[in-house]
Amino acid sequence: MSTLNPAAHLTDAHAAEHGHAHHEIGFVKKYIFSTDHKIIGIQFLMTTLLMLLVGGSLALAVRWQLAFPWREMPIIGRMLFSAQGGAISPEFYTMLFTMHATVMIFLVIIPILAGAFGNFLIPLQIGADDMAFPTLNMLSYWFMWPAIAFFGSSFFVEGGASAAGWTNYPTLSALKQAAPGSGNGQTLWLFGVTFVGVSSMMGSVNYMTTIINMRAPGMTLFRMPMTIWGMFITAILQAFALPVLTAAGFMMLFDRMLGTSFFVPGGLVVNNAPETIGGGQTLLWQHLFWFYSHPAVYIMILPAMGMTSDIISTFSRKPLFGYRPMVYSMAAIAGLGFIVWGHHMFISGMNPALGMTFMVSTMMIALPSAVKTFNWLGTMWGGNIQFTTPMINAIAFVSMFVIGGLSGIFMAAVPVDIYIHDTYFIVAHFHYVLFGATLFGVFGAIHFWFPKMFGRMMSENLGKLHFVLTFIGFNVTFFPMHLLGVAGFPRRLADPYHYPYMSHLLSLNQVMTYGAILMGVSQLLIIGNFFCSIFWGKKVGRNPWNSNSLEWTAPSPPGHGNFDILPIVYRGPYEYSSPLVEEDFLPQTKFIPTEDRHADPYADPH
Amino acid sequence: MNRFWCFFFSGAAAIAVLFSAIGPSYGWWFPGASFSPLGAQIDDLFYLILVITSVTFIGVHIVLGYILWQYGSGKPRRASFLHGSHALEVVWSIVPAGVLLFIALYQMDVWARYRVKSNFDPAAVAHPVAEVTARQFEWRIRYPAPGKTLQDKPQPDDLYTVNDLHVPVGKPVLIKLRSEDVLHSFFLPHLRVKQDAVPGLSIPVWFQADKAQVYDLVCAELCGWGHYKMRGQLTAQRAEEYKAYLDELSQTQFDDGVAAKKNDE
Repeated sequence: MSTLNPAAHLTDAHAAEHGHAHHEIGFVKKYIFSTDHKIIGIQFLMTTLLMLLVGGSLALAVRWQLAFPWREMPIIGRMLFSAQGGAISPEFYTMLFTMHATVMIFLVIIPILAGAFGNFLIPLQIGADDMAFPTLNMLSYWFMWPAIAFFGSSFFVEGGASAAGWTNYPTLSALKQAAPGSGNGQTLWLFGVTFVGVSSMMGSVNYMTTIINMRAPGMTLFRMPMTIWGMFITAILQAFALPVLTAAGFMMLFDRMLGTSFFVPGGLVVNNAPETIGGGQTLLWQHLFWFYSHPAVYIMILPAMGMTSDIISTFSRKPLFGYRPMVYSMAAIAGLGFIVWGHHMFISGMNPALGMTFMVSTMMIALPSAVKTFNWLGTMWGGNIQFTTPMINAIAFVSMFVIGGLSGIFMAAVPVDIYIHDTYFIVAHFHYVLFGATLFGVFGAIHFWFPKMFGRMMSENLGKLHFVLTFIGFNVTFFPMHLLGVAGFPRRLADPYHYPYMSHLLSLNQVMTYGAILMGVSQLLIIGNFFCSIFWGKKVGRNPWNSNSLEWTAPSPPGHGNFDILPIVYRGPYEYSSPLVEEDFLPQTKFIPTEDRHADPYADPH
Repeated sequence: MNRFWCFFFSGAAAIAVLFSAIGPSYGWWFPGASFSPLGAQIDDLFYLILVITSVTFIGVHIVLGYILWQYGSGKPRRASFLHGSHALEVVWSIVPAGVLLFIALYQMDVWARYRVKSNFDPAAVAHPVAEVTARQFEWRIRYPAPGKTLQDKPQPDDLYTVNDLHVPVGKPVLIKLRSEDVLHSFFLPHLRVKQDAVPGLSIPVWFQADKAQVYDLVCAELCGWGHYKMRGQLTAQRAEEYKAYLDELSQTQFDDGVAAKKNDE
């Protein structure tokens, strides 16, 4: 690091030099209602990790019921379900899986990627001193809390939490009499989704503006790290898809509270209540919901793909293979992501001709995913692989994403989907993508950027132990779900075993539940590692991984305003093992007089 | 220690393949061969995709294992300074695109046979066997009176049962699927048939059961707290048994408790 070699934290000098009035910020302003993107990012991270525990506990309760249906839950059963003798009631079971998915999707996966890592990394990786709209950024974090309050309190209202699945299909969700959870719990659910939507939207606007306008000198679009590309494309997806969900949510609220009937046809007799009046269409909700929620699937993976690309390139000590094809395939995923929503509705009764078109577009979206996978392998090929904790998590991302991607082909094929739709095959598929890929990517990213966040390292040994146990627990839990799905085991059944053709699947489900318990318990390791390392981890300098991108030229942790010296970018972020330098990395900011500055190593090398 | 990760990831992939291979012998696979022509075609398509995806999965993991073995040995070496390969990108874009497009186009036919009404058996369309109305948490079945055709509106001589649908064996039959309250899904796992029952719509569903036996009927779309127990059955019967069943149903239903019995009995 020749151009950037400041002796120590020069933050204050830097601030003074730029004429910032660097007044003392109080504790509340600094750590709670902070407008600093790094603090907001860490707030998002802590909150979403807490929510991960909540969502995981809900999942363990689901697994308990599937392994030991109607049996008393050990230890906490008597406290929670005394009326049922400590066992889960069927209506509570429907709330469990609904809220598990709700928490995991809206309060964990989306905000941990865009909120936590997006916030922390975007200004640092593009060389900006903060987000374009710091106050909006703060609000985007605080708008999550009403959502958490709504979702959390919905368990305590009469009838309990929403029980219509996270997809919230009417008429089950639209009519109060349709299910115990369709009372006020459902209304609170819709409020909650509205708030996370607003939170995401504020983030999205901010990220797009920041990435477009605030890049450091020399940071052209095609010199941005893949993480930034992932965040950028995700922000665009959110901006275009989210309004549809928010609008649909309001239509549903109107149906529930103001007596409209967007989604409720007339003449229905639900739970012996008087006939419904109106001329709505239940399928309309499915179209609107999936028009958001399918792009949302990519919102839940693209940033993780970007971070994984960074990690793989760093620890292979080798340039990212096919940078431009990687960017283009991300863009292709985003574009195609808007015209595949119908594959969630193959058997919903929509026009069968739509089934065919959506099948073709869905098959095509597998293509950029395949290209990305091959490029990750290409990046590692010929590298000098260092098996750090971030790297093994990133390799797991690739390996698990292959499973999740390939299983997607089964359900993209409409005739096969007739059979496997709404079975555990689907559950296996999206857990391989969302946990197997995204969450392992997130675990890798936590270990990778932790030194930048806190200036200390996480324990490598604990990190590896956590990885191995989580990986084993994850696969024991989720891989057998493919076979369950092929056996015709439907989702969302509290007790499937009274059907003769499924009764023999109980023992397999018990094994899976043991896997889930192992996976749940192993998370204690990362929690312990995370918090202990904040205080007692090994102190590190600016660039502990010998990585190239801009965040590693800032102090660890970066002070207010991030960079003590304005970074100037001379090249892309993946110039590992470049012949220009002796060491095996070449930071984006390092000036080399002999270098051909106009050469574009990422142009297609014919 | 470095080789450990090569064995770890390759081993995991190998165990996954092995597990899938032995799963069927424990019954963790299709609930028996399909007893319907369409179901058999769906199974064939499933196996076709299974072969393609298995080859891809195993191939990718062999490459991954090799990379981890070869380039993760921990021996000091300098990585090759390589940014990509245009030729490789073209190859690994076009080959999967071709395979995926082939899969998509190859499936169209079966889908059209299953869902596009003009492909349905005309006799089955002209005389639907029954109207199945799903409600929380049961299947209500309405047959037309023997010899009559099912009307959209209930008729005075229609026959009703709950949770037990009888159909003639060995020929395509069509039911009209409705819902009285919320979404449900009509799922016959052994025949590979599934169709959502949508409030406000009447959806024609055809299937053919080739073996005279009782099949499970499962609700596959979340419909409320009792979703798990919304269990029905489908009984496929030979023509004469089916007719006898409907006659008996008719007699039972219209038995006023008086006319059938003589005073001296």
